[in-house]
Amino acid sequence: MKIQTLTGGFSDPSTDGARAFRVIMNAVARPGRIGHLTGATPPSPMSIAAGTLLLTLCDPDTPIAVVGTLDTDAIRGWITFHTGAPIVDPDAADYVFGKWAEVKDLKNLKKGEAQYPDRSATVVVELDSLVNQGAILTGPGIHTSLELSLPELELFQQNSASFPLGLDFIFCCNTQIAGLPRSTKIQEAL
Amino acid sequence: MNEYNFAYLDEQTKRMIRRAILKGLAVPGYQVPFASREMPMPYGWGTGGVQVSAATLTPDDTFKVIDQGADDTTNAISIRKFFEKTAGVQVTEKTSDATVIQTRHRIPETELSEDQILVYQVPIPEPLRFLEPSEVETRKMHALEEYGLMHVKLYEDISRHGAIATSYAYPVKVEGRYVMDPSPIPKFDNPKMEMAAIQLFGAGREQRIYALPPFTKVVSLDFDDYPFEASKADHSCEICGASHTYLDEVIVDDDGNRIFVCSDTDYCATHASKPQEAAE
Amino acid sequence: MYVAVKGGEKAIDNAHKWLDEKRRGDLDVAELEVSQIREQLALGVNRVMAEGSLYDPDLAALAIKQSRGDLIEAIFLIRAYRTTLARFGNTLPIRTETMSCIRRISATFKDAPGGQILGPTFDYTHRLLDFKLAAEGETKHLAPANHELAGHLPHITSYLNKEDIIQTEPNTNEPPQDLTRQPLELPAGRDLRLQALTRGDEGFILGMAYSTQRGYGRNHPFVGELRVGDVVVEMEIPELGFSIEIGEIEVTECETVNQFTGSKTQAPQFTRGYGLVFGHSERKSIAMALLDRALRWQELGEDNVGVPAQDEEFVLYHSDNIQATGFLEHIKLPHYVDFQSELELIRKLRRDVQSNAHEVSEQ
Repeated sequence: MKIQTLTGGFSDPSTDGARAFRVIMNAVARPGRIGHLTGATPPSPMSIAAGTLLLTLCDPDTPIAVVGTLDTDAIRGWITFHTGAPIVDPDAADYVFGKWAEVKDLKNLKKGEAQYPDRSATVVVELDSLVNQGAILTGPGIHTSLELSLPELELFQQNSASFPLGLDFIFCCNTQIAGLPRSTKIQEAL
Repeated sequence: MNEYNFAYLDEQTKRMIRRAILKGLAVPGYQVPFASREMPMPYGWGTGGVQVSAATLTPDDTFKVIDQGADDTTNAISIRKFFEKTAGVQVTEKTSDATVIQTRHRIPETELSEDQILVYQVPIPEPLRFLEPSEVETRKMHALEEYGLMHVKLYEDISRHGAIATSYAYPVKVEGRYVMDPSPIPKFDNPKMEMAAIQLFGAGREQRIYALPPFTKVVSLDFDDYPFEASKADHSCEICGASHTYLDEVIVDDDGNRIFVCSDTDYCATHASKPQEAAE
Repeated sequence: MYVAVKGGEKAIDNAHKWLDEKRRGDLDVAELEVSQIREQLALGVNRVMAEGSLYDPDLAALAIKQSRGDLIEAIFLIRAYRTTLARFGNTLPIRTETMSCIRRISATFKDAPGGQILGPTFDYTHRLLDFKLAAEGETKHLAPANHELAGHLPHITSYLNKEDIIQTEPNTNEPPQDLTRQPLELPAGRDLRLQALTRGDEGFILGMAYSTQRGYGRNHPFVGELRVGDVVVEMEIPELGFSIEIGEIEVTECETVNQFTGSKTQAPQFTRGYGLVFGHSERKSIAMALLDRALRWQELGEDNVGVPAQDEEFVLYHSDNIQATGFLEHIKLPHYVDFQSELELIRKLRRDVQSNAHEVSEQ
């Protein structure tokens, strides 16, 4: 087993996890607002924010998928060692991790059921940059409106149109995190 | 304190609750099922709120607990002590100093800020439950957005009493989609629900969590000709003089004479020293 | 000026001290030892283990002592403790056909291999208060009863199976669901139903089962077999690659033989209900079997005649005494904010009615 597999976890799982959760909760509750999420150091190229989210939320009860460039032995080994989360195909996953170019074309991700819209995937998207400039976001959690550098528009608009079903997105860039749940409405940048 | 994990619950349980909270925030007003644990306090005493608080608190938090608006009611004291012991958090009675507030039956009078989280204890999370006892049926109704039954009930109230005969746990519609039970707060508090703080709702026995992100649109159900009214007793607080707060009625003598005092004890104490401000 | 009541914290401390005092009772009377409860109030201990979902007679006895004999309170203590325990894994299913029986009776056959074993039962005691127990205690030397244990007794229903005259239960080998780890979702499978019933309140399960006997969903039960005794609990140890015995538990098992199903093309077969409960607990296991059978109406192609015992949602949502007593008793907590809002509303409505009446009389 590589040393990389064993390191990079939380130094105190209960308090690190509690603090990290608050950052994640703020990101989901206040879509578009950029927070800073640290605590874990996953193998590259997974970001610190995505790795920290993974340790905070995933365990043997959450099937997860890592796609594209994130699907490496090092990352799989790290996830298994630290969380015990089963690694599955994207269409069976509760949490999907990948770069936008690698997750955007995934079909059949879980979008929830009419009676159980919560049974949908959370897609954790690695971005190269994350700034409050670009598409205009409105909806729950946003007082008036907010801009966020979304990698594209239409797919997110379609997702939000399927509310209460749909995917919930969390964007990560290094230690930055921002949420885009299905409840957020998206308009083109002015 | 070392006999327990931080905030009592084991990490796997906290993760399960945290995932439910996030889905609740993503679908405001929808009740997310969660595998509620048996807590060391009875169902009905706030086990849902306690589990949500346990999954939310960090060691940096300052925690406040109110029951009926008061910090010194016995169950509020008991829950506050539980987290003092198991999470080592700071506690406070001051609304503005708290970062996490667990409540039963009230929303504080002091406006909450975006740095705060309000956790509600919920007995029956299903707003349609008293109209349709079956969970199988009410789940279908929410899926189909079929809320006719609720409107019929409100309408029948009007035809019998000339007014909507619901004074607490008054149903709301969230972002034009889900009808939600605001927990048994007096309807006086309903308009406060569009707030800057995150609101989390925990129903332990019924195994449901739901949530409102800040500034989520929350509309109390009504009819154009019978608009919703956030009413309160038509009196001022005997202690601080406030005229715009929700009041408790207290019987003060054997003749049954009453006085009215703020239900929010922190608000009342803070404003008793500045009665002028409270009266405004 | 009015001063609001304070001092809740002190009141709580005092209440707890008083409670301790009441628990101990008269100091001139010897204090109960946990082992005395475990040995001499064993059926109460069994109930606490069954409904607490934790097989540990010492802890159950401690809970009974701590709860002053309030068994539901004791069950609550055990449940709250259980939920904090780490899980090491799952045991293999127990094999009740290997049980060392202290009691085994069948109402469907006069005799069968292994015979009828009466065992320690109240069944034929005359319910006369034994004042000697109060006056002399049990200091007299008890003559040891003849209790040779009978192991490996075949299940009575296995003889019916040989004739294919009773339905065969499919063995799915699916790991059972666990309602203490997942939120209950309806419709529930039989695994969840049986779990809910075995944990359920004995009084509730008894009442529901009784209702089926009186006609609210009658399904003609015969007690095919009732057996009580110890079974071995085994667990597979992945590192070893085989299973080892980790202990023995006492259980009570009841299999009922019920009315048959069938059609012109399908030969009729008897159906079954099943009850399995921790400890020696005959009433509970028989009641459980009746209620299990009633809940199987859909699977067995019967009509839903709309009785409570057929209503899975009704039974499962109301059988848990810890949930029920919590919600029931919580109404003694302060509700004055809600009551105040009701007071205001009713006063307003009364004002409206009175002023309407006034207007009408003036017209």
